Amino acid sequence: MSYLPHTAAQRREMLSACGVRNIDELFVDIPASLQPLSFNLPEGRSELEVVDYFKQLASKNYAHLTSFIGGGFYDHFIPAAVDAIAGRSEFYTAYTPYQPELSQGTLQAIYEYQSQICRLTGMQAANASIYDGGTALYEACQMALRTTGRERIVVDGGVNPVYRKMLYSYTANLNISFSEVQVTHGQSDREHIFKELDENTAAVVLQNPNFFGVIDDHADIVNYCHAKGILVIQSVYPVAMALLKSPGEIGVDIAVGEGQCLGIPLSFGGPYLGFMATSKKLVRRMPGRIAGRTTDSAGREAFVLTLQAREQHIRREKASSNICTNEALCALRAHAYLSLLGKDGLCKVARLCYAKAQYARRRFDSIPGVEVMKSSPTFNEFTVRLPLDAGDVAGRLIERGIAPGLPLGRFYPGMENYLLVAVTEKRTKYEIGLFAEALEFILRETGA
Amino acid sequence: MTPDDRKYAASHEWIKIEGDTATVGITDHAQEQLGDITFVELPAAGKQVQRGAECAVIESVKAASDIYAPLSGEISEVNSALEDAPETINSDSYESGWLFKMKNIDTAGIAELLDAAGYEAQIA
Amino acid sequence: MVIFDKSVEGRRGVVLPGCDVQEPDAIPAGYCRKQPAELCELSELDVIRHFTALSRKNFGVDNGFYPLGSCTMKYNPKALEVIAGIDGFARLHPFLPQLRHGGMLVQGALRVVWELEKLLCEITGMTACTMQPLAGAHGELTGMMLVAAYHRKKGNRKKIVLIPDEAHGTNPSSAAIAGFETRPVPTCQSSGMLDIAALEKLLTDEVAAIMVTNPNTLGIFNSKIERVAEIAHRHDALVYYDGANLNAIMGRFRPGDAGIDVMHMNLHKTFATPHGGGGPGAGPVAVRENLEQFLPVSRVIKRSDNTYQLDYDRPDSIGYIAPFYGNFSVCLKAYAYILLLGGKGLKEASETAVLNANYLMHKLKDIYDLPYPKTCMHEFVLSAKKQMANDVHATDIAKALIDEGFHPMTVYFPLIVKEAMMIEPTETESKETLDRFIAAMRRIAETAQSDPDQLRAAPVTSPVCRPDEVKAARDMDFSA
Repeated sequence: MSYLPHTAAQRREMLSACGVRNIDELFVDIPASLQPLSFNLPEGRSELEVVDYFKQLASKNYAHLTSFIGGGFYDHFIPAAVDAIAGRSEFYTAYTPYQPELSQGTLQAIYEYQSQICRLTGMQAANASIYDGGTALYEACQMALRTTGRERIVVDGGVNPVYRKMLYSYTANLNISFSEVQVTHGQSDREHIFKELDENTAAVVLQNPNFFGVIDDHADIVNYCHAKGILVIQSVYPVAMALLKSPGEIGVDIAVGEGQCLGIPLSFGGPYLGFMATSKKLVRRMPGRIAGRTTDSAGREAFVLTLQAREQHIRREKASSNICTNEALCALRAHAYLSLLGKDGLCKVARLCYAKAQYARRRFDSIPGVEVMKSSPTFNEFTVRLPLDAGDVAGRLIERGIAPGLPLGRFYPGMENYLLVAVTEKRTKYEIGLFAEALEFILRETGA
Repeated sequence: MTPDDRKYAASHEWIKIEGDTATVGITDHAQEQLGDITFVELPAAGKQVQRGAECAVIESVKAASDIYAPLSGEISEVNSALEDAPETINSDSYESGWLFKMKNIDTAGIAELLDAAGYEAQIA
Repeated sequence: MVIFDKSVEGRRGVVLPGCDVQEPDAIPAGYCRKQPAELCELSELDVIRHFTALSRKNFGVDNGFYPLGSCTMKYNPKALEVIAGIDGFARLHPFLPQLRHGGMLVQGALRVVWELEKLLCEITGMTACTMQPLAGAHGELTGMMLVAAYHRKKGNRKKIVLIPDEAHGTNPSSAAIAGFETRPVPTCQSSGMLDIAALEKLLTDEVAAIMVTNPNTLGIFNSKIERVAEIAHRHDALVYYDGANLNAIMGRFRPGDAGIDVMHMNLHKTFATPHGGGGPGAGPVAVRENLEQFLPVSRVIKRSDNTYQLDYDRPDSIGYIAPFYGNFSVCLKAYAYILLLGGKGLKEASETAVLNANYLMHKLKDIYDLPYPKTCMHEFVLSAKKQMANDVHATDIAKALIDEGFHPMTVYFPLIVKEAMMIEPTETESKETLDRFIAAMRRIAETAQSDPDQLRAAPVTSPVCRPDEVKAARDMDFSA
């Protein structure tokens, strides 16, 4: 299958219009010495065969487990209407909306998406999105460094460890230093954070709820930092934002996060959606595309990409970021999701997540040998300490069809017995019960 | 007409020296090339700048252009009216559209600046 | 009218299940927001109608010809969407393989990554490949980070990256963000290729890498690419190949065979994954053996028992550049596309892309200025120089195409051509479509002489006409 339309006769006619006898003559600029040394690829196959092949591959993945895995990426319910909207090919087969007259659909959707993010985060201006939550966090750090002219960032240990690793890779060749402050009782350690701040500190990076699922109110840290001219970057979980204090409410300078939870399938890690929002004051420092509302020459409402002069296609090596795409289709999904759930629906989702997670917390706490970390309030995710290696226990639970959460030893040396458990609105009381019973059984069996 | 009461840099800035202060802006030709100006980023007052160093940015819809200091010196004042009305540069680049003033200027290098006729010859 | 204006207090879109557990104590008030977020209140039908109306104000490849140069707007086969939607992929949690022996839970997905890496290496002639980069520009940045890691490991102090003046704006931007200084290399006026003599002068021991695009953004293949690599390697500078234009050369040229050290591909261009209105894409990076040890974590490896596992134990790696394994479902689609076409099909795709571009170029070069008159590859660049005599600019011609039912070409890029119009038809367009486009372009050229005002007022048939971009930039109305 090749999706090529020309008949042999048309091909001959076109070659002759180009003044050549055969296709090789169009490739004369490639010297004979550069003919491919090899091009050993399989034969093309039919759609039927290829789809079958992928169904077979998919069947080798354990996607059907009852999942309590989160860690910043969640198995939330996605209304069918989200797929119907994102499946319209007028959206998904279009390019970046550089020609506004033919892209009003994408542009208005981006503008509305930006508005949704602003309403959810309490910030004043959002961009059209960035690759994912981790790159959004990195871009936020760059923005803070550019704005302040300083070279140091203090990172809370409750920030997703994967994101922290990304920050360090990106800045390995740059003159930027980071210092990490471990959490205390699950929350941001104020005393140590404040001690780390100096006149060369550009920003403090926080996360709410943090990687351990713990809720915090970072208003005091924001106030302390602002008094020293230090910016605050907060990474947030959008579903939790339905209930929790928004970054805007506490005066955060740059809010970022992962939008996967807003109607985007898990898809083994991507594509996802990094969102980013800031104040009017800092908007020109924000990287990425931005859609703005204006009028056309006939006075009608129109939308257009704006503030492009700071982007790479114009500013080249002086651009504020090298990023030139956004994740438009993922942003469209998030926008559709938020529109469908609406003001009441998103709160309901958040309340269901919270209620079920609290129920699971209580249930696990009743299991002998299991200790639930209780020093601070949590949203829909919490850590439990097991009497055994969490990785071993997880392996046993998977045999019973349950993906029990994320063992933390991999990210936090010394926490090998800890498991991070996430509960979304999709999990039922029955499933939580099965999980708890299986865990009780395994612990009993191993005599732990 | 290019005013002949001031000097010009090849990079399209003008500088008008009056006593111990100098005023800097961009030429009419430069504003025309940029088109509708939408934003100006100005240096902080008190900042020391070296001749030829980037010290401001002017943005239009399609371009962002660096402004270079025509002479070395200290930024003494910036035209904050441009924050709300950057289009002033389009309408009046030689007077109310000035960008910043400098003091303690180092006149070394002044010989390399152009006069009005020299600048006009350059852009012709 | 934006969606929030349609909101009706109390209306609901989605019904959620009731709470099957005992209501817990509320979250302490000090942690809670004072007011709920002002999201809309709409029914499912309200929402569907809103987005359907928006979609009708959009133009995609499925709507019509989209000759946007440098973007490879080819047809996106529908089977790819079906495959990405299979539950076993769409519902797979990326942390699953992080459980002990978790790799065994995702064997199908790991095989996709491994097989696609092998196929892309064979297509490009490179040694190893990573699926991690999330977009083309992200691939460039990854490539530049690999260059930096290579020189650091060797103890080289090299700060400069050379970039031809016709290059995509992302090249200098990616190099700068990776910590390098950039210097432009001029393009030879007569050949449209990088000026080798100028390159030799610029290549000092300070140079860490040169970034080349071949065919370049003028659509011209640089036959001296091997020589460029040779000169660079003499100074221990690496050669980065921007694979944005890979659609021109599959089965005809492999960057690896010409001594290229590192390159990225745009799966959303060459391998037919949808552009999505500006993303998501995917920008895998392929390297020669000299850079393999620096590739980002994780890497998929195949064990002797034919199972796959993730490898994080890579001491020289540049580390994490993405949270997991790249934009997996985009990679999945690209893999499916390669399997559908096969080697022969990919080669034919490139050949037809080049044929279509040359056909258009030959049919338009008498009425539009062709600044570099030579055989082109998959795209070519015209200039509106002749039409400028009547004060008609490239942008006016682009807007007039909208009224002819086509998406405009790329305009004002590359920067080295005045009033540039960059046309890339791709292989999936039929001769009838190309002929209709030629007729439209000829009509527009005639109108440029007979009634230039009409072109300056275009478009008139689209949902809106030219928006006021100055107002947008000054008002900064970014949210409702």
